[in-house]
Amino acid sequence: MVRAAGAPMSRAALLVLADGRFPAGGHAHSGGAEAAVKAGRVTSAATLEEFCRGRLHTVGRVAAALAAAAALGIDPAELDAAADARTPSPALRATARRLGRQLLRAARACWPSPELDALAAAFPKGAHQPVVLGLTARSAGLGPEDAAHCAAYESVGGPTTATVRLLSLDPFEATAVLARLAPELDAVVEAAVAAARRAVLDGTDALPAASGPLLEIGAEGHAAWPVRLFAS
Amino acid sequence: MGAGEAGRVAGVRVATGGAAGVRAGDGGAEAEGTDAGVAQAEGAAGITDTGTPSVPTTVSDRPASPATVPDRPASSATASGRQAPHATAPTGAPAPTGVRARARLHARPDGRGGTALPVLEGEGPLAPRRTRGSGDAARVMLVGAMSGPLGGDRFGVEVHVAGGARLHVGSVAATLALPGQSGGEAHYDVRLDVADGGELRWLPEQLISVCGSDLRVATRVEVAPGGRLVLREEQVLGRTGESPGRLSSRLTVRVGGRPLLDQELACGPGAPGGWDGPAVLAGHRAVGQLLLVRPEFAEHPATARMLGECAALMPLAGPAVLVSAVATDALRLREVLDEALALLG
Amino acid sequence: MHLDHTHTGPGAVSADAHRPDGTRRALRIGLGGPVGSGKTATVAALCRALRTELSLAVVTNDIYTREDADFLLREAVLPPERIAAVETGACPHTAIRDDISANLEAVEDLEDAVGPLDLILVESGGDNLTATFSKGLVDAQIFVIDVAGGDDIPRKGGPGVTTADLLVVNKTDLAPHVGSDLARMAADAKAQRAELPVVFQSLRGEAGVTEVAAWVRGKLGAWRA
Repeated sequence: MVRAAGAPMSRAALLVLADGRFPAGGHAHSGGAEAAVKAGRVTSAATLEEFCRGRLHTVGRVAAALAAAAALGIDPAELDAAADARTPSPALRATARRLGRQLLRAARACWPSPELDALAAAFPKGAHQPVVLGLTARSAGLGPEDAAHCAAYESVGGPTTATVRLLSLDPFEATAVLARLAPELDAVVEAAVAAARRAVLDGTDALPAASGPLLEIGAEGHAAWPVRLFAS
Repeated sequence: MGAGEAGRVAGVRVATGGAAGVRAGDGGAEAEGTDAGVAQAEGAAGITDTGTPSVPTTVSDRPASPATVPDRPASSATASGRQAPHATAPTGAPAPTGVRARARLHARPDGRGGTALPVLEGEGPLAPRRTRGSGDAARVMLVGAMSGPLGGDRFGVEVHVAGGARLHVGSVAATLALPGQSGGEAHYDVRLDVADGGELRWLPEQLISVCGSDLRVATRVEVAPGGRLVLREEQVLGRTGESPGRLSSRLTVRVGGRPLLDQELACGPGAPGGWDGPAVLAGHRAVGQLLLVRPEFAEHPATARMLGECAALMPLAGPAVLVSAVATDALRLREVLDEALALLG
Repeated sequence: MHLDHTHTGPGAVSADAHRPDGTRRALRIGLGGPVGSGKTATVAALCRALRTELSLAVVTNDIYTREDADFLLREAVLPPERIAAVETGACPHTAIRDDISANLEAVEDLEDAVGPLDLILVESGGDNLTATFSKGLVDAQIFVIDVAGGDDIPRKGGPGVTTADLLVVNKTDLAPHVGSDLARMAADAKAQRAELPVVFQSLRGEAGVTEVAAWVRGKLGAWRA
């Protein structure tokens, strides 16, 4: 089911939504960086960049497509089921729902809409975060490209700030990693939005399903640690 | 590079039998899509309506001759009624150059407590053979009559397991994705369908992505709410000491029509960036998944746990558990997946 | 998909005094202060003092996950289902002030799981003198310092010392040993805080947490009024 977009377009709303200070709980999550640091796979700005590149092209691509699809008005329950199928790790599914619930709280305060209320009613324990993100963008009058950009950027921005804390990495070097990834991020967004538009007609199987085995396996290991800095 | 050289992968059985030697991917020109070849392949399709072991009588080698018939238009194939099942070229366009081959397996109860195979067909490089089963299950081995798929090939396997039937499918050797003379992607499409009360164990040997190859694997599985499935897939990135080819493999599983699992892995030259980095494979050269779908998991989900450092057992959002693993080589990958299979019974 | 209950309306907004079903939610009191000042010990003492008369729960914000929650569990001050730990991603002040999402989720989950509750104590991870709780998360906050941290802390001020609804100067029994001047601390606190209350306590003493517990009861009375 596809519904028409709501509020009129506001580009500045994108800045509000994409701001790292947007209070949606992301600061307590490392996107797998804490597990990768502990395993010795991320040790520097260079290895952080490869980690982020891998995330961007796998879970980042999937999240961007889910967000774009939600922004286009595809049924959030269908998208949530598609997100479940693309997230084998139960720890990552729980994280995605927790972050989705936290984002929804912020979204309803910022851009109240009947669609967000309906999502909260249908998923009291949270829908997958990218689905909520797409519907939030929609309620803010943003389009699928904006939603996909937010999701793709979050997929690398979160691990980067987390790694600055975990490794005491030079923040300038870390931020330069994000800047270098920007062209790839744009390309991922373009492909994700195209897939989301196909999904409007062909169903959610048209959405990408790219996976990072070590992200899933690492998340399960991390969830079992007795002591950790980040929630995921 | 003949298939005989392909054995340089630790712990992997690689087919060298029969026709493999003639599939010289880097050597002589390919002979593909000749009328004769298609005719032979079609002739190979063996259909039986009994539960007795049935082997296609003339599972044929692809033409070994280096002679080519390059410009046969697709329309002539259509006119002759021999267009391959998966050919997609529009009428009037040049025919795709790779081999089209398909295998089909249907399993149903034989009425005597066992499982019959009313459809057991293969063609060209895909040859299913019924072997001695155990208990009430039928067992089929896919025999790699050739070493493909080569670039441009398009293989398809379809399996249907009816209610009350139990089918165990394996393969005698690893599948090698090889570069083809004509270049281009090869496709390997697998469709598995398990009805209520049916059980499929799909446990083929590894897929080895040889340097220079380009293969797209799509596995689509439909399991009815009361169906049971054990599925293993393992990808090995290159033979020992060799860089891998391009491989992308997508596994899509639905249970009762609802998405259960949708995972794609892309690796090798030209794959999206970061595939060998710390988020995806981190230098591991073997990656695999073991999926178990059972109605009982709906009531009693498995508990997530690590299996060593590089594998995890994960209950899915449905009546299933997935073991996902990476390893340095095929042997270690198989060890961890075997351990998981034993654990889950 | 979870359809066990609905969660609509203004209950989604953090500071709202009502739960989604229209009932008044629990009073939330935050406890902040520097590392080692005795926040967790004060929370444990409050639980022991109030648990027979009130339905209460605790959320801890550890710098390194679960230390404080585990302490409370070991001390058995409350059943385990009434204690929740929030991970803060190495930024405890962010979790109680700038982005309170995870803490709000924790207090709501506690009310859903073991409610109805009268009181939820939210303990921050040990941080610096500038850390304060968001009004979106708690209704009142206690700032806990101790005499061993230096008797000039009240004079230095900072948002915690200056604006907290209650300032607790803890470990007064140590004052003679560390050379802290309690009278000077009291005078400095008065200067910084004007009419806002200050409690000097020693949990080892006979009175223990009595004064702080009385202040909490007063807040609860006002909340229910």
